[in-house]
Amino acid sequence: MQQCIASSRPGSGDVGEKGPLPSFPFKGFPFRHGISRLPPSRRAHLFSRDSRERHRVRGFPPDSPSPRGDQGMGIVPRSALSHGHRSGSEMKGWDFRGGFPIVRAGTPPGTHPADLALPRMWTKALATHTKFSQGPLVVVGGSIKCSEVRRPGAANRGGADARKRKNEELRNLSLSGHVGFDSLPDQLVNKSTSQGFCFNILCVGETGIGKSTLMDTLFNTKFESDPATHNEPGVRLKARSYELQESNVRLKLTIVDTVGFGDQINKDDSYKPIVEYIDAQFEAYLQEELKIKRSLFNYHDTRIHACLYFIAPTGHSLKSLDLVTMKKLDSKVNIIPIIAKADTIAKNELHKFKSKIMSELVSNGVQIYQFPTDEETVAEINATMSVHLPFAVVGSTEEVKIGNKMAKARQYPWGVVQVENENHCDFVKLREMLIRVNMEDLREQTHTRHYELYRRCKLEEMGFKDTDPDSKPFSLQETYEAKRNEFLGELQKKEEEMRQMFVMRVKEKEAELKEAEKELHEKFDLLKRTHQEEKKKVEDKKKELEEEVNNFQKKKAAAQLLQSQAQQSGAQQTKKDKDKKNASFT
Amino acid sequence: MDPLRQSPSPCSSRPSSPKTPPCEMLGYVGIEAVLDQLKIKAMKMGFEFNIMVVGQSGLGKSTMLNTLFKSKVWKCTPPGLAMPTPQTLQLNSVTHVIEEKGVKLKLTVTDTPGFGDQINNDKCWNPILGYINEQYERYLQEEILITRQRHIPDTRVHCCVYFVPPTGHCLRPLDIEFLQRLCRTVNVVPVIARADSLTLEEREAFRRRIQHNLRTHCIEVYPQKCFDEDINDRILNSKIRDRIPFAVVGADQQHLVNGRCVLGRKTKWGIVEGPRVGKPTTRKQTDLEIKSLLAARRTQGKAGGQGQRSGSCLAVENMAHCEFPLLRDLLIRSHLQDLKDITHNVHYENYRVCRLNESHVLPHGPCWVNLAPTPPGPSVAPGPSKVCRQTREDSDDNEDDY
Repeated sequence: MQQCIASSRPGSGDVGEKGPLPSFPFKGFPFRHGISRLPPSRRAHLFSRDSRERHRVRGFPPDSPSPRGDQGMGIVPRSALSHGHRSGSEMKGWDFRGGFPIVRAGTPPGTHPADLALPRMWTKALATHTKFSQGPLVVVGGSIKCSEVRRPGAANRGGADARKRKNEELRNLSLSGHVGFDSLPDQLVNKSTSQGFCFNILCVGETGIGKSTLMDTLFNTKFESDPATHNEPGVRLKARSYELQESNVRLKLTIVDTVGFGDQINKDDSYKPIVEYIDAQFEAYLQEELKIKRSLFNYHDTRIHACLYFIAPTGHSLKSLDLVTMKKLDSKVNIIPIIAKADTIAKNELHKFKSKIMSELVSNGVQIYQFPTDEETVAEINATMSVHLPFAVVGSTEEVKIGNKMAKARQYPWGVVQVENENHCDFVKLREMLIRVNMEDLREQTHTRHYELYRRCKLEEMGFKDTDPDSKPFSLQETYEAKRNEFLGELQKKEEEMRQMFVMRVKEKEAELKEAEKELHEKFDLLKRTHQEEKKKVEDKKKELEEEVNNFQKKKAAAQLLQSQAQQSGAQQTKKDKDKKNASFT
Repeated sequence: MDPLRQSPSPCSSRPSSPKTPPCEMLGYVGIEAVLDQLKIKAMKMGFEFNIMVVGQSGLGKSTMLNTLFKSKVWKCTPPGLAMPTPQTLQLNSVTHVIEEKGVKLKLTVTDTPGFGDQINNDKCWNPILGYINEQYERYLQEEILITRQRHIPDTRVHCCVYFVPPTGHCLRPLDIEFLQRLCRTVNVVPVIARADSLTLEEREAFRRRIQHNLRTHCIEVYPQKCFDEDINDRILNSKIRDRIPFAVVGADQQHLVNGRCVLGRKTKWGIVEGPRVGKPTTRKQTDLEIKSLLAARRTQGKAGGQGQRSGSCLAVENMAHCEFPLLRDLLIRSHLQDLKDITHNVHYENYRVCRLNESHVLPHGPCWVNLAPTPPGPSVAPGPSKVCRQTREDSDDNEDDY
């Protein structure tokens, strides 16, 4: 309960402290406490400005017992490496970064293993890089997974010195009471429960091989789905999501089916839609991750966590379509091969079939999903179950009365195949492995291996690099900037083009309009002229007419005058006549 | 970002229904075993927690840390010893790995000696903000690598405990300035330090005034109201918010009171007993115990004729004496994961948004990025959802217009 573990002291946040040394690209200068105790001869190079000088492993004379040999210590990642000497000891993937002995009084430097100090940095490196391997992080003489070096006979010496060193170098932190952070896993689990889980299964197999039935059986429910026909022109993927709840765990399950797989005459391209689908899900996640404003914890993860590959129960070997498809998928998804409709194979045939399949997979280099065996709690069960790969399963949703209870089974005239009977088929094993034991691991593998691989490839393809050709680390920002500028430049060019086009068009239109205007003007002038001419004509005619009228009037007046004169004279005549008559009468 | 926004291939099909239909299961499937799997994985990987304490010197920050984690997390200086107050603000970090019942916790503690100690404390928060942003920057750099590690080491500050000196009046201008700036970048938990100098009534009045001050200046301390997810959270958090700031007393010395070992502070007045702490199991602890006994006897002697029981012990774990258990429960037993989640989902995301938007301003370079202390954090408008989104002008949205 109360254990003491190593502690270390990174100087990571030392703002304002100006030491004599430039800052290391590493958390904390490791020799903060040890330096003063080094003999001056060994100290000098530490203060040099040249980083290579500083990093170089200062020597132990080649004939002295190698410090690493005695202690078998684990160490520092290769990236922070020096070209230090190995002195015959072979490090697998780890390397030393300078062993600076701390001189104890009375012993000449470099000879006594106790001098070979364990700088704090190393324990810190251990702490981060060995992921809290079991036991106290006392390194010396203990069993460390990361280093392979151990000199025979040195163990005991290492042990005693270890304790001494432990007391002096490592900070024993003993908890004197119950602090309470053992509730941390529970807190974490509560959080995850409230968020819910996502699990996506891809079922790859021919039409009619029993994919939907198996899913129904696995999750003990009826997912509505109508069986597909054999007439599909190509392979397409159908994804459906369901929400399942068991006690307080909510699972968002997505089942992706390959419809039409294996039905075509030419199956060359059968695998392509599957690979594209998987890539599309990765792509969607990558897009979300690379956004500036993103919401990853809210994100409905659709990446495929497990791929169940249904192998047809021919009894002989894998089909070439199977091999090709699995080879294409193995680097993208966790493949779990299963033998479908296993009730058609006899037991002895099954055994041969399984071994044939596994050997074919191995010889073709197909990486199927390995059940994790590094965690003690599940290692055993995973190891025993992996022997039975590929699982021979039978799916059924119908219940048959067996004995005195109902069980899922398939009823044949010659017998009943029980789904959950381990002697009949491996369904129970599949369910154990897929759901009850390794679901979390499947998800983790998808995220940390397959997705990371995809991401790396995709980003590299787009031209992003971590390091320059000069092996100086490249900032992703710089590449973004470069690309962005490029893109902006392109956009500007396009904009210019469009603007030019626009201007041209405007000019054309303007010219056209001007022409039209000119025409109009001309027409107008013409019209005006004609109009004026007409007007003149009309006026001329009017004048004529007026003249005529005048003439006529004159004539009329004259005529009237004449007439009146005539009348007057006539009247006078008659009057005269009358007068004459009257006169005659009188 | 735009070159990366490509439409998914036409063959891909997303799940058909955005609203997934619930399905009834007819029997036990075993899905809930995933919880155990999660637990195992978490215990194997271990947990990380980074806490920062800020306050003037002499308020008992280091002692508080030691009390919180019941171990000598930080060597605190007894008063009077020669340790000159630092002239500038320093940030010292210490990392420990502690284990309890199989759960490993990598604890990083950052202390800030020199905060608020100078005569002119203008901009004394800048180094702290710089440090916090530096940790975010580090995480960001790790995250955007092409080949990145399986588990990015998390050094971001999850919680900042701010020690308010027990003046008894209200928050000082320095406190207000600091809290305003920091509450947008990190989860801040203010505590009243050295609360044994206040009586209970004074404590309550001080607390109310501080809460009033926080409300007036729109300072959102942890637990933030806008991140309450559901009704249970809200009830629980509002109880906590009622008691913030906690009045705490730090003590890492154990005293023997009536045969029991008690973490507390021994004073000359009153008689108090406290809870057990636990049997001392190492020599160090028994040494401590003996020393304290002797010291107690000495003080008793000096006190003169006040009787044998003239010393009293303010027991830290006693809720009647101080509110240390509340703080401890909040930080460790119930809300640790929540602190980490909010740091990761909200504060870190905000930082990332700003950083990626301003990427042309800050220097590029090798993995060790020297970040100048950023100006006071961007104003984050708390929204009703868990994620605080900040609406800034997006320079990359303009490119979509073509």
